[in-house]
Amino acid sequence: MRLEPIANPTALRLFGLPAAALALTVLIASLLALMAGANPFDTLGLIVKGAAGSKFALLETLNRATPLIFTGLAVAVAFRARLWNIGAEAQLYAGAVVTVLLGTGALTLPSPVLIPVIALAAMLAGALVLLGPVLLKTRAGVDEVVTTLLFNFIMLLFISYLLEGPMKDPMGMGWPKSASLEKAARLPRLVEGLRLHWGFGLALIAAAVVWVIQGRTTLGFEIRAVGLNIDAARFAGIPVNRVLVKTALLSGGLAALAGFSEVAGLKGNLTLDLSPGYGYTGIIVAMLALLNPLGVVVSAIFVAGVFVGADSMSRAAGVPTYIADILLATALLTMVLAIRLTRVRIRWG
Amino acid sequence: MDLLDILLSASFWAAAVRIASPLIFATMGELICERAGVLNLGIEGIMVIGAFCGWMTVYLGFGLWFGVAAALAAGMVFGLLHGVLTVPFGLSQHVVGLGVTLLATSVTYFAYRLSLPEVTIPPRIEPFQPYAIPVLSDIPLLGAALFAQTPLTYLAFATVLVVSVVLYRTPLGLALRAAGENPASVAAQGLSVTAIRMGAVIVGSGLMAVGGAFLTMSAFSSFFFEMINGRGWICIALVVFGAWKPGKALLGALLFAAFDALQIRLQQTPLGALVPYQIFLMVPYVLSILALVLMSRRAEIPAALMVPFNKGER
Repeated sequence: MRLEPIANPTALRLFGLPAAALALTVLIASLLALMAGANPFDTLGLIVKGAAGSKFALLETLNRATPLIFTGLAVAVAFRARLWNIGAEAQLYAGAVVTVLLGTGALTLPSPVLIPVIALAAMLAGALVLLGPVLLKTRAGVDEVVTTLLFNFIMLLFISYLLEGPMKDPMGMGWPKSASLEKAARLPRLVEGLRLHWGFGLALIAAAVVWVIQGRTTLGFEIRAVGLNIDAARFAGIPVNRVLVKTALLSGGLAALAGFSEVAGLKGNLTLDLSPGYGYTGIIVAMLALLNPLGVVVSAIFVAGVFVGADSMSRAAGVPTYIADILLATALLTMVLAIRLTRVRIRWG
Repeated sequence: MDLLDILLSASFWAAAVRIASPLIFATMGELICERAGVLNLGIEGIMVIGAFCGWMTVYLGFGLWFGVAAALAAGMVFGLLHGVLTVPFGLSQHVVGLGVTLLATSVTYFAYRLSLPEVTIPPRIEPFQPYAIPVLSDIPLLGAALFAQTPLTYLAFATVLVVSVVLYRTPLGLALRAAGENPASVAAQGLSVTAIRMGAVIVGSGLMAVGGAFLTMSAFSSFFFEMINGRGWICIALVVFGAWKPGKALLGALLFAAFDALQIRLQQTPLGALVPYQIFLMVPYVLSILALVLMSRRAEIPAALMVPFNKGER
């Protein structure tokens, strides 16, 4: 078989194929529910209801979407330049550590000054964590996929050390957790009385900023050029290595904001289970959004909804929550295939 | 116990070879894929499902070798999925690989919860027992390290031999290497690049899964979440470290495992009381990054690695 590019895909192709991918994903989820001895319609219904069936559920979904928007943006920015940052998890934790370091009494500033200072410091930490692998890539030609992946493990061990050693909460009854943030360092609620913090607002702002950078600035143009064809970009005089470093700083900073917002907005302290893999899930979020920053917001809410919905479905219907992860991995694989098939035609023989 | 005592103890070298065994399988698997031109980031998840399938098969009452076969088959199924998406359809090998890892891992966890809903401590199985090869196992140091291991370790070494012979001494191996260097030349010979690459990814993924199965069937006798713990990513680093050559990759895996065995033992020494244990646990990951940095400059990376091939396109 051979693939032939299509110049003008029909509307049926453009929308039908992604819809078919979604349908296939739902079909597989239904089969899994059947295997678990549950009614597929009930299972899917319970997931939707658990994700968006009430005001509480919806706010829970938006809260869960907040770190995913940040990590999704981090991945989208990097992947656009074909910089394979699989280390958003490590950068997230770097942001979280700095948030705790500065927010537990090291700085005594009024809240409106303190919070931005902490956020910027967290971004810097995340940027620096990604800078290492990227400099290894540009200077020594080391593939960043493996180095960023390995950094995730190193970072988690480092956090574990911090939480059992220098950053351990003396009042923590022996649990490996950090001290809690001071009130001035906590992100306020977005709307008084609603359980949704300003981290979500910040995530929306970040998405808009990234959208402007990608579409309206020279850096955005250079990032796309490097991603489309690195040799052509170099030939055209684009300082490729400098663009990669800038991309890394932006991407690492965005991922770190996920850690900042989780600590300052939701948890109030740092534990080893701060992130249930938000850094990795960010890859799914970004890919489902086709690396579009505004799309990331939508896909992060969708992905968060699947997780929140599956949690509540699992309690009611007894299907293991891991159905959510299977659903998302399937959605990712079927969607990249569907998008590809909107642009090429298969020729047999 | 000081460093010299550790290095001169037979149990240390035996442990190093044992730690190396799963890495050898998975590194050979990844090496085959990459020599054919496909980066397989599904390795981590494929090792997870291999570990689970091997263990579950034995837990259900089948023989140990049935478990190995089940792991191999599971790995090949996910290899087929990875291959179809990356080879004929030419999708991003990064995205598909990570997707396969996520899928294989979540399918494993789902199956685990489904088959053992209420279990907090996973059941143990009777694992492969060490088999001392007569005479050879009596050699001091080397004997205990190399010739008193479980059958799966011997199989790991045999795999390296088979992979080397096939890659460098058979027409199939030549075609496979050419598919990773210059696929157009393979097509010009009337061979199918797609078929060669698909085959490499399927067989390679099977080996990765057997590597995972080693952990449950020859090392820990039980299955835990997170038990692969980045070993797949380490194997990708080992392929680079071994300059895409089976023999060098084997040496890399053994060297790496020796360091890993050493850090475990150093934790028991006075040094271990001074240094937080997390620092020791970081050693394997830091070593992998170091290995990449050292070797990347002169690495003879397959020229068509990650380059999709579409017949008739120039």
